Order: sequence, then structure tokens, then C-alpha cells
Amino acid sequence: MSGAVFTMTGGRVRLDGKDVLKDIDLRVAPGDVLAVLGPNGSGKSTLIRALLGLVPMAAGRTEIYGSTPARFRDWKRVGYVPQRLTVGGGVPATVREVVASGRIARQSRFRPSSKADRAAVDRALAAVDLADRARDPAHRLSGGQQQRVLIARALAGEPDAFVMDEPTAGVDSASQAALAATLSRLTAEGRTVVLVAHELGPLEPLITRAVVLETGRVVHDGAPPQPEGACALPGHQHVHPHARDPETAAIASWDPT
Amino acid sequence: MIEILQFDFMRVALVLAVLMGLTAPAIGTFIVQRRLALLGDGIGHVALTGVGFGLLTSTSPILGAVVVSALGAVAIEVLRARSRTGGDVALALLFYGGLSGGVILTSLSSGNGSGLQAYLFGSIASVSRGDLYVVMGLAIAVLAIVVVFGRELFLLCQDEEVARASGLPVRFLSLLIAVTAAVTVVIAMRAIGLLLVSALMVVPVAAAQQLTRGFKSTMLVAMAIGVLSAVAGLVGSFEYSVPPGPSIVMFAMTVFVAAVLGGILMRRRGRPDDQKAEVTG
Repeated sequence: MSGAVFTMTGGRVRLDGKDVLKDIDLRVAPGDVLAVLGPNGSGKSTLIRALLGLVPMAAGRTEIYGSTPARFRDWKRVGYVPQRLTVGGGVPATVREVVASGRIARQSRFRPSSKADRAAVDRALAAVDLADRARDPAHRLSGGQQQRVLIARALAGEPDAFVMDEPTAGVDSASQAALAATLSRLTAEGRTVVLVAHELGPLEPLITRAVVLETGRVVHDGAPPQPEGACALPGHQHVHPHARDPETAAIASWDPT
Repeated sequence: MIEILQFDFMRVALVLAVLMGLTAPAIGTFIVQRRLALLGDGIGHVALTGVGFGLLTSTSPILGAVVVSALGAVAIEVLRARSRTGGDVALALLFYGGLSGGVILTSLSSGNGSGLQAYLFGSIASVSRGDLYVVMGLAIAVLAIVVVFGRELFLLCQDEEVARASGLPVRFLSLLIAVTAAVTVVIAMRAIGLLLVSALMVVPVAAAQQLTRGFKSTMLVAMAIGVLSAVAGLVGSFEYSVPPGPSIVMFAMTVFVAAVLGGILMRRRGRPDDQKAEVTG
């Protein structure tokens, strides 16, 4: 099938002798803003990591822009945002250094960073509102700010598709709002977003499609499920910054297929 | 200090000190970031077997060490990547085997342990001019690898999955780090000794990161500390007739302690600023 960003057919992933994902058929079209939802341990993160070829498949097949991950070469089209910033052995790295490493798929090994690289890094830092922290060590930032650093790293690579693992987990409300603003800009540009979320919060109005996993199987694929239970109670305050904004409302109802 | 330079072996040793002071912390920054601080140790143990081979077959111990330690580094990297749990014991076996093999082969070749001591803890006078040229070539190769592959290695050490999802050749780069570390071990082994060689990869980096905010600045400060420690340790070794390895390492440790204190002082002074940034950020 041409044109799809990610295509998984009959996908199965086994980790430590246990099926984590079973019979997954998933096609992500350009412009989709797809939320992968489900309880803890349902295989959400494994699914998006399998889409990128980061975990091996026990059965089935997965493709990125029509190629298997092993044969895929056009990695600059994909930006992966992991769940958290790894501090590693404790060697510090500035916010700017981390964000600049997102350019790597666009850089040539023997050429130093270009003016275009630096400009893209500047734009990415500004987009997540961290330009003034560029020279600070990334590990000293708050959790929400670190999350924004990781998103900026993916933004710096100017990919067509973003894959984000729980970008809202443990993130303060200011950072969540900043993330929602960034995401609405990306979707307005027609970029594809696949994100794992425990709860959508302020991202909800931007999501065009939701896949719900339960014990490794897809139990829902379609419109984002309406909040129910405690979430639907009047006391539960969801923040919907753009819900009545005609532009984002149009995007939310836009179906590119 | 000046009269030291009258001795030819001392001039050779000082050039060597500068080379290893630059290269060991440069690759060490990646190794520490990847939590492989003991990789250098492992390679050092394995390299001893190579030295033993070189001595026994009366070929170059340096060449033997390069080949065997590079093979050992590849083995360590493969074990590390393959298994998260069983790798630990496999690595230990490799270390013990390398050390024992080296000691046996060296003893067979010389009949006594005097040559061994020089390889274990370093020796100033043991470096010939011929060795120096080989080491110079190796050092240039290590620095070139750091410059050319630096960006990729940084991302690899930061987050291996993101590196893979950016299309980087992760397996190749992992082997590159291991083999480069092996070459660095050989560069430094004559002057600092195989048992302490990894200290020069780790301690300057540990000292530098007390004072720095970024990766590149950590590497550069670590290289400066590496050169300073190697030269000062070597001079100290000459002045007080102690083996150069421990002398260099003790000097680096002193810098580390000073850096920890300096870092505490710096952060205490910088704290009001940090707080302000936290509020606005």
C-alpha cells in the first residue's frame, strides 16, 4: 500500500517468552494524529517501538513509508520522542547539545554543522519555549522541561512523522499546554503524529484517531473515545485550549484518507 | 623541570604523556556516558595476553596488544549487546583469562616477572622512539575518530534507541567505541600500565563533569586534566622514583577531589541564578 506512514500487518511481539502484542493490523496515513491508548502493560510503548523497528517482531510485518525498518533509509522523515531523557553515566549535556543531535539524520558525517542546522535547532528551542535554557545542563531541568527538550530534539530534525512515547506523562500543566500548542502547529502543517498516552488531557481536541490496546490486542480503532466515568464528571477539569478554535476544529474533523 | 628534558627517554615519555592525556579522556567521555567505565579495565586485562604473545614470539608487544585488545574489545561489546544478565559473568571470565594468560606468557618469555611489572604499572624508560611513532599514529587515529564520529557517538551514548530511530549504524558505532578504547589502552599502556590505564579514561572525565554544563566542554576539560595529570605524574615518577602509573593516577585523583570541591563552591555561588531561571522557565 503506497502512501502509508506506518503499516503493520499481523504484528506479534514476544518479550521474555510472553506475547506482548498479538495480531496487530495498523495503518497510519499521512496527517493522522493517532493516540495509542490503554492501561499500563497493554503494550502501547511496545507497539510504537515495533513500528520503528526498535523491538523485533515474532510474526507479521511492519513497514515505514513502504520499507521494512531494516531496509528503511529515509530516517530523516521520522522523529522519535522517547519516554524520558536518559541521563546515562552522568556526563552533562546542554539542552542545545541534546536538541542539536536531532539533526543527525540530515547531516553528513564529514561535514560540520551548517547554518541551516543551527537555525533549525534555534526554531525547535523556540517552539518549546526553551531558548533561554539552551546552555543549561538538560538533566537539571524539571520533568516537563526535559520532555520539551526531547520534543525539540525531534522537531529539530524536521521529520514528516512524529512518534511520541507518553509525552504527557509526569508533565506539569504549563508544559502540557506548550506541548498541545506545538502539536496543533504540527498537525496544521499536515504532519503525522503517533503518540502513546495514558490520558489525553489538553491534547484531546487534536487527536483524530485512537487505537485502544488491551493485553496486546487492538480493541478499538477509530474516533477518540469520549471521556466517561470520573473523567466525565463536572468536577474533573480537562483543559481544552483550542476546542472552539475553528482552525483546530477543522483539523480534528479532517479526514485525509 | 628543564634538566629532565636533557634525557632522551624523558622527552619521549613526555610526548607519550601528552598523547595519552589527550586520547584517553576523549574516548573516556563516551565510555563514561555509556556506563562502560570498566570497559577500559577489561581491555587492559585482555591486552596483557597480547603483550605476552608479542614478547614470547619476539615480535612487537605493542602490535600484539593492539590485535588482542581489539579482539577482546569486540568480544566484550558483543557480550554486552547480546545479554543483559549473563554478560556480567562472561565479561569477568574474559578479564581473568586475559590477565592470567598474559602473566603466564610473559613469564614464559622472560623467565622472571621484571618485565611484567613495567606492563602492569608503567615504566618511563621502556618506551623506544620506534614505539613512539607507532603510538603517535594510533593517537592521531583515535582523535580523528572522535572528531569524525563525535556527533553520532554522542547520540548513541545519549540514547541508543533514538540513535537507531535516527538511522545510525548502532552496531558499527558500538564496536567503534570498543575498538577505539582498545587502541587507547595500547597508547597508554607503556607509560601508565595496563592495570591503571582505564583510570586515565574515567577519572579526568569524572573530575571535568563536576565543573561543566555540556558534553563537549566536559570532553575538552577532561582532555586538559588528562594532559596535566599525565605530564605531572610522569615528572613526579621521575623525581621520586615511583612507577609512573600510580603517580599519574594519584595526580588525577587529586584533581578530581579539587574539582568536586570547586563544583560545590560553583553551584553554591550560582544557586540564586538557578532559582531565578527556574521561576521564569
